Amino acid sequence: MGTMHLLLSIKAGALRAGSSGQDTGRMKVLVLFALLAAANCEKVFIGDQVIRVNVESEEQILLLRALEQDTYWDLDFWLHPVNTEVPVDIRVPSSSLYAVKDYLRAHNIQFSVMISNLQELLDEEKAEMEENNMSERSSKSFNFGAYHSLETIYSWMDGLVAAHPNLVTKEQIGTSYEGRPMYVLKFSTGGDKRPAIWVDSGIHSREWVSQATGVWTANQIASDYGTDASLTSLLKTMDIYLLILANPDGYVHSHTSDRMWRKTRSKNPGSMCRGVDPNRNWDAGFGGPGASTNPCSDSYHGPSPHSEIEVKNVVNLVKNHGNFKSFISIHAYSQLLMYPYGYTCTDALHAAELDSVGRSAVQKLSSLHGTTYKVGSICKIIYQASGGSIDWTYNLGIKYSFAFELRDTGRYGFILPANQIIPTASETWLALKDIMEYVRDHSY
Amino acid sequence: MGWTLFILLVVLTVVHGNPTMTVRTGSGPTVGFDQHPNSVPLGEDIQTTTEVVEEVMTTGVLNPSHYPARRAATVVQHYLNTRYGSPYRWIFFSTVHSGSSEVGVEVEDQHTLGSVSGQCSAELFFPEGEGQSAPQVQASCEGLHQSNTTAQEEAFYQQHRASNNLVSGNNIPDSYGHVEPSMKPFWQLGGVASSFIMLRESNESTLYNMAQVANFTQLETEKDQLRFNYHVLLHEMISQEIIHWKLLVTWSPEQGVQVLQTELQPKCHHCEAPPNTTN
Repeated sequence: MGTMHLLLSIKAGALRAGSSGQDTGRMKVLVLFALLAAANCEKVFIGDQVIRVNVESEEQILLLRALEQDTYWDLDFWLHPVNTEVPVDIRVPSSSLYAVKDYLRAHNIQFSVMISNLQELLDEEKAEMEENNMSERSSKSFNFGAYHSLETIYSWMDGLVAAHPNLVTKEQIGTSYEGRPMYVLKFSTGGDKRPAIWVDSGIHSREWVSQATGVWTANQIASDYGTDASLTSLLKTMDIYLLILANPDGYVHSHTSDRMWRKTRSKNPGSMCRGVDPNRNWDAGFGGPGASTNPCSDSYHGPSPHSEIEVKNVVNLVKNHGNFKSFISIHAYSQLLMYPYGYTCTDALHAAELDSVGRSAVQKLSSLHGTTYKVGSICKIIYQASGGSIDWTYNLGIKYSFAFELRDTGRYGFILPANQIIPTASETWLALKDIMEYVRDHSY
Repeated sequence: MGWTLFILLVVLTVVHGNPTMTVRTGSGPTVGFDQHPNSVPLGEDIQTTTEVVEEVMTTGVLNPSHYPARRAATVVQHYLNTRYGSPYRWIFFSTVHSGSSEVGVEVEDQHTLGSVSGQCSAELFFPEGEGQSAPQVQASCEGLHQSNTTAQEEAFYQQHRASNNLVSGNNIPDSYGHVEPSMKPFWQLGGVASSFIMLRESNESTLYNMAQVANFTQLETEKDQLRFNYHVLLHEMISQEIIHWKLLVTWSPEQGVQVLQTELQPKCHHCEAPPNTTN
């Protein structure tokens, strides 16, 4: 980068001693100035200029060389006097400017001002570097193969938006029980409430590979746009909404206090136990089999449907949007791809189609690392469970409602080693894409 | 008291075989089988009736994708661990292959992840009715003995048998899924020991895995057995509960893993028993 070169050329020359007594005062100021700058670990060059001399004769070379040896004006030669073929660049401290320019004119040495205020340029360069770092962080230096705190994920999201301003926006859909913002990343190339696909991760906070997969997937969508033909065509006509931390309070709690925390962190009146299972809290067979009435239970359904603000925020968005065509919720573990219903074992109307979509997706998933998944309705494949999100969305009319249970099958369970994050996310992406392509090609 | 009978053909290999799963009702065989010294206590007064799980009744065949097959396979997994498990052998069923009752099982030792070829057949009874009664498993396996972990087990045993340097550890794996190599045998031992509890506590409505070793402490070696106190977290999938157990565990290469004492821990200090109010 051209601007990087400039920074490297600056030499720290502030502490050279003056040669005559009458300059001591000025030198003292200079030294103090340099010390202050050093204390900030940053030298400042306010008002300094960089001038270019186009050398015309050997005599001028000799003069410039003499100038270089003399420390009186504290000149900093960026390009040294060599011959008449090459220019000589000199950084002149602001305090020496008039004197130096007078001197050059007196000797008929032609010069031009290349940089009229070095500090201004440095400030601009610094700002640009920080911007670059942010977008680099979002794509290159962020470690997708590690589990991150909420703060890190939120700041990474800002970087992603900054790096892909024409594709990604961040929308706050509400706050959590403890007041944390809930953010959705919206991938859109325009339009107004285009048919959309919803993906959420981390509704059960202990399922860390889910949130990690959400992060990786967000990055993948952003980088695949423009390079992957299928995804690019999908985003021409559809939007993707991605809620990476669907349960922010629970996630923080699983980092700070209890790695096995699953629920929200709402207070339950009359009980010492906190939290509601956010995937038993939806208005679909609410309070039926597979959910507990005990606030201390990990599958406590809560006092009423959508009582949890984390759930309500999503409900509101989905209802207000009105044009979601697919709703996909990511959990862990068990290696399953499921469709409605959970609250009943009766087949959903579109069970056959959903099953076939699921099987195709799982085939794509397995093609990457050989990971095997089972496909079926929630009730038949895992257990009867009422109040689940994809049952509610399906009954709302969002036909292509699916839930993933990611790796593994129990050996590590919730504490899946970080080195499995990227393999898990990559294979899951193939399944997600397969489902999204199907949704794109089967509008309703 | 009714019985639900599953016959599982457990294949200890990743290669596909052709066993079929059948379910019989009516009188089952007498339950008497070769038991590990400290395994599940036998039930008494076995009555055989024709009561079966609805799913099985309609098809006569267990659908490998649906949960009954998976829960049954997991119980067999627990049984195999109580029978054959060690700090260097922790058995997992990996998947139930479609169209058959085949269960692929990985056997892992410290240095290599290997699959053992061979066959294992098992019969599994879930007693129904009031009172918690452990499932009855009858299984015999050839293939498991092919995996030779004897050398590692012997070295581990000798290393820890002298009581002047008692080991302990906690949070295995840690929050990030990491297990220190030196802790791995203790993790696996915890998993095997947990299998005794998980087997005992299993019924048709449960699916257990060990979620984490909260901590373990080695005690003085007694009667040539390494001894440990373990605090383990079990994850029960259907209720989604994390259940805490304390165990007193012994092991030696000769005697295998034994669980001498188990103690259920309360879920939280202000809770009563772990909630069991799932409908």
